[in-house]
Amino acid sequence: MKPVDVEDLSIRLGDVPILSGIGFSVAAGECFGLVGESGSGKSTVLRCIAQLMVHWQGRIRIGGTDIRRMPLQERCRSVQMVFQDPYGSLHPRQSVRTALSEPIRIHRLDRPQERLERALTEVGLPLHFLDRFPHQLSGGQRQRVAIARALILEPAVLLLDEPTSALDVSVQAEVLNLLSELRRRRGFTYVMVSHDLAVIDHMCDRLAVMQAGRIVEILDRAALIGNGARHPYARQLIEASLEHERGR
Amino acid sequence: MTALPRSTGLPLLRPLGNILRALLRNPPSAFGLTIIGLLLLIALFAPLLATHDPHAVDLDNTLRPPGGGHLFGTDELGRDIYSRLVFGTRITLRIIALVTVIVGPIGLIIGTASGYVGGLFDRIMMRITDIFLSFPALILSLAFVAALGPSLNNAIIAIALTSWPPIARLARAETLTFRATDYVAAARLQGASTLRIIVRSIMPMCLPSVVIRLTLNMATVILTAAGLGFLGLGAQPPLPEWGAMIATGRRYMIDSWWLVTFPGLAILLVSLAFNLVGDGLRDALDPRQMTGRAMP
Repeated sequence: MKPVDVEDLSIRLGDVPILSGIGFSVAAGECFGLVGESGSGKSTVLRCIAQLMVHWQGRIRIGGTDIRRMPLQERCRSVQMVFQDPYGSLHPRQSVRTALSEPIRIHRLDRPQERLERALTEVGLPLHFLDRFPHQLSGGQRQRVAIARALILEPAVLLLDEPTSALDVSVQAEVLNLLSELRRRRGFTYVMVSHDLAVIDHMCDRLAVMQAGRIVEILDRAALIGNGARHPYARQLIEASLEHERGR
Repeated sequence: MTALPRSTGLPLLRPLGNILRALLRNPPSAFGLTIIGLLLLIALFAPLLATHDPHAVDLDNTLRPPGGGHLFGTDELGRDIYSRLVFGTRITLRIIALVTVIVGPIGLIIGTASGYVGGLFDRIMMRITDIFLSFPALILSLAFVAALGPSLNNAIIAIALTSWPPIARLARAETLTFRATDYVAAARLQGASTLRIIVRSIMPMCLPSVVIRLTLNMATVILTAAGLGFLGLGAQPPLPEWGAMIATGRRYMIDSWWLVTFPGLAILLVSLAFNLVGDGLRDALDPRQMTGRAMP
């Protein structure tokens, strides 16, 4: 269990600012949501935390340690990410066994077979799936494998980049329940990106509303239900979402 | 999903069988595959199939037309052309195999490395390939052979030196599309080294198109080898290399057409076969068709 602190995070691509002055802190074991329209920079925040993007300014700390000072091995064991598209995040030519064994081999972990089996069991997949290839799995099953791959290094923080938006509704619920269950059992800290406020409402304790690379407001869940947001954009976003819910 | 057969043991053999079946279903590539199969068998059983010693000079029987003990006639030294063609398959296959074995890995390594690493390394490697690509392949091989000295092995080295750049270019272009994928991001997040990502994540993805390109390349290799042989820079005279056979037969071409016709037909047939198989392989390995077939 480790807290995540982001201070004054900015990144530019050429002259275009993608993120400016992003700051939030997530307590250990908390689930923090990032919402906003497409292009507001939600996923970019996660990619900066994961160090998939390196040209950012500011400070990101995990468990009190600056991630730029963290050795690679330690960083990998602190933060892992689950990607949006389960069709693109698993290597098409690698079996589930290979995909899950890679991190074990890279980090030279002991008892590989036991770890493989435990990761797969934890995400609710039968063991004979180890020899399947991604094209032999459904979308939900693939996302479970991607979650298992993230879990295998036993990270403290999981970054979830719209983990359910590529799945159909019934499977969405299954994957969300799996994620809540894992957090309850293992005490992960989640930072979750979504454009679906219902998903955020289901999962997160607090959320930040983003617009054009800035955080306009940080709210807790109670404010979400009663639409207690003060910033006009946040109010509008929540209102639109509530209306959509009522319409359904 | 439950009806899927569990893949046990050799996971490579099943796709290989699929590819073979796809090749045989398509008449042109089935024809090409048959020719290549025959070529391999002829090379393997050359001593059994040849009716004469390919090097035996018989000055009483020079320039005999086809028929009467000599299936394809004899050349200016009375050597049996059929037997020489049969033994020539070994030389042709040796050239193709060695060039492919040298060119494939070099092109794949240079292409994937410069595509994935990028930056200055990429720029330097790509300018080097540009330099190689800016010369016509045959001219460049001629220059190399002239520098190294004419022999079969030097011809192989020269052809290999001139045919890796297109492979490297192809592998680099493919790598650029794969390096941005989420599974590569996931591998980076797991702490995989650059080498590990290139070898385990990127190379398997580039392999199909590189194999296709290599197969199509084999036809060019045969023609270049024959061209070098014809110019006297490849295999040296007593060796029954097809290009060299045409070169020596050229002087007697007007009266004795069989001296150049049969080696010429052999070259035509074999390079056509490799082209057809390459085309068929492209159809079979095309990713869109691949997923279509993989989903039962």
